[in-house]
Amino acid sequence: MSGVRVLVGTRKGAFVLTSDGKREKWDVSGPHFAGWEIYHLKGSAVNPDRIYASQTSGWFGQIIQRSDDGGKTWHQPGLPVGAEVAPDPSKSWSNKFAYDTSAETGKPLTTHQFYDGTQHPWEFKRVWHMEPSLRDAETVYAGIEDAALFRSTDGGQNWKELAGLRGHGTGPQWQPGAGGMCLHTVILDPSNPQRMFIAISAAGAFRTDDGGATWKPINKGLYSQYIPDPRAEVGHCVHHVAMNPARPGVLFMQKHWDVMRSDDAGDSWREVSGNLPTDFGFVIDVHAHEPETIYVVPIKSDSEHYVHEGKLRVYRSRTGGNEWEALTKGLPQKDCYVNVLRDAMAVDSLDQCGVYFGTTGGQVYASADAGDTWNAIVRDLPGVLSVEVQTL
Amino acid sequence: MTNSIRVVLPYHLRTLAGVGAEIEIAVEGRVTQRAVLDALEARYPMLRGTIREHGTLQRRAFLRFFASEEDLSHESPDAELPEAVASGKEPFVVLGAIAGG
Repeated sequence: MSGVRVLVGTRKGAFVLTSDGKREKWDVSGPHFAGWEIYHLKGSAVNPDRIYASQTSGWFGQIIQRSDDGGKTWHQPGLPVGAEVAPDPSKSWSNKFAYDTSAETGKPLTTHQFYDGTQHPWEFKRVWHMEPSLRDAETVYAGIEDAALFRSTDGGQNWKELAGLRGHGTGPQWQPGAGGMCLHTVILDPSNPQRMFIAISAAGAFRTDDGGATWKPINKGLYSQYIPDPRAEVGHCVHHVAMNPARPGVLFMQKHWDVMRSDDAGDSWREVSGNLPTDFGFVIDVHAHEPETIYVVPIKSDSEHYVHEGKLRVYRSRTGGNEWEALTKGLPQKDCYVNVLRDAMAVDSLDQCGVYFGTTGGQVYASADAGDTWNAIVRDLPGVLSVEVQTL
Repeated sequence: MTNSIRVVLPYHLRTLAGVGAEIEIAVEGRVTQRAVLDALEARYPMLRGTIREHGTLQRRAFLRFFASEEDLSHESPDAELPEAVASGKEPFVVLGAIAGG
């Protein structure tokens, strides 16, 4: 029996929403990690019972949590459920993200721009995004703030930086977005295990073709009017990037203004905002079976982070951009002033593609018909930070 | 000499460690902030990095250490804690800032 499991990270805990293939009736589990910010949860494509979560707090720092039973129970990797003491605590540092400055594999700890334009040292704040490997349930990537990429090959027990990215050389030109200098997007190419795409706010998008050892900026064609050189190689505020696994060379980007498209794995980009009422926003995603069908949720402006005209509208293009239609059936069309954050939209891969998104107002909406109609799964969660979905 | 030290943790760390309002930690030798926290983290490794930063072992900014109603946060981590703590009469309190949304 097919079904879906929606993983929701919020400002005060994580929630797991499950339904069968009809996606009409939902079970709601949570809050897990009650009271903590859960920036992101994501399940392994290899073992759907394996889910990783980023639990974070300004008071207590970063905790990595893992479930091996589909989100029913959780533990910190290396600390088995029910164990009072780790089998060997010296071998498990699941919450430690130390920039690699070693001579063998690391890069020097340099500086990046800060909000006031001065140079600021790299400092770890939190894990923004977890991306399980497509081939191995024990391997998972973590995108962190201050921007860097880490990888674990032991199920999250230990983390090592892929320092080639932070040590790219353009680091001093990277700068934080309003939410921090975060590596928020990690996309693994299913056709090429050596290729990955990442995006940083606000440095831009980068690609590796050697498994993370070296990286190149892929921002040609982006135009950002608020930086000294609007067409600079780095420094762009990329909000999110999406890709359909069947078309790994085609990428879609929601930027700080502008919706963009690349047909050459990021080597060049063109704007496809078209007839959107506003092309500011955070989320972007691609239909599971229609690689030219994409979704965004426009936000009024960079100064007013809520939906345009008090109406919650998802916009869909069936032509890969430029021609957009508003999807409103089942969504509030008055007095609505929520935002949808960059990692808070996802699609399932059931025959009729389901689309899901969560809002800063605590609603999680689902469409079982690719966006034609919407229903709220839940309405009163804490502000939603992220949404992922597993097709079971 | 082994001392049994009472420790009070903030709510979220109790949940993380799966412990109650007050716990007892065995500390060998001199009873200092460092010794108590080392013993606490050895006993409850899931708390590593939550009270003291990884690597530097500096106290995390939004936490304070108290004992006998005195703020010990700015004392040397290697200074001996008050005798009341070492004797078990008073707990060593890890307190989180009351702030934020």
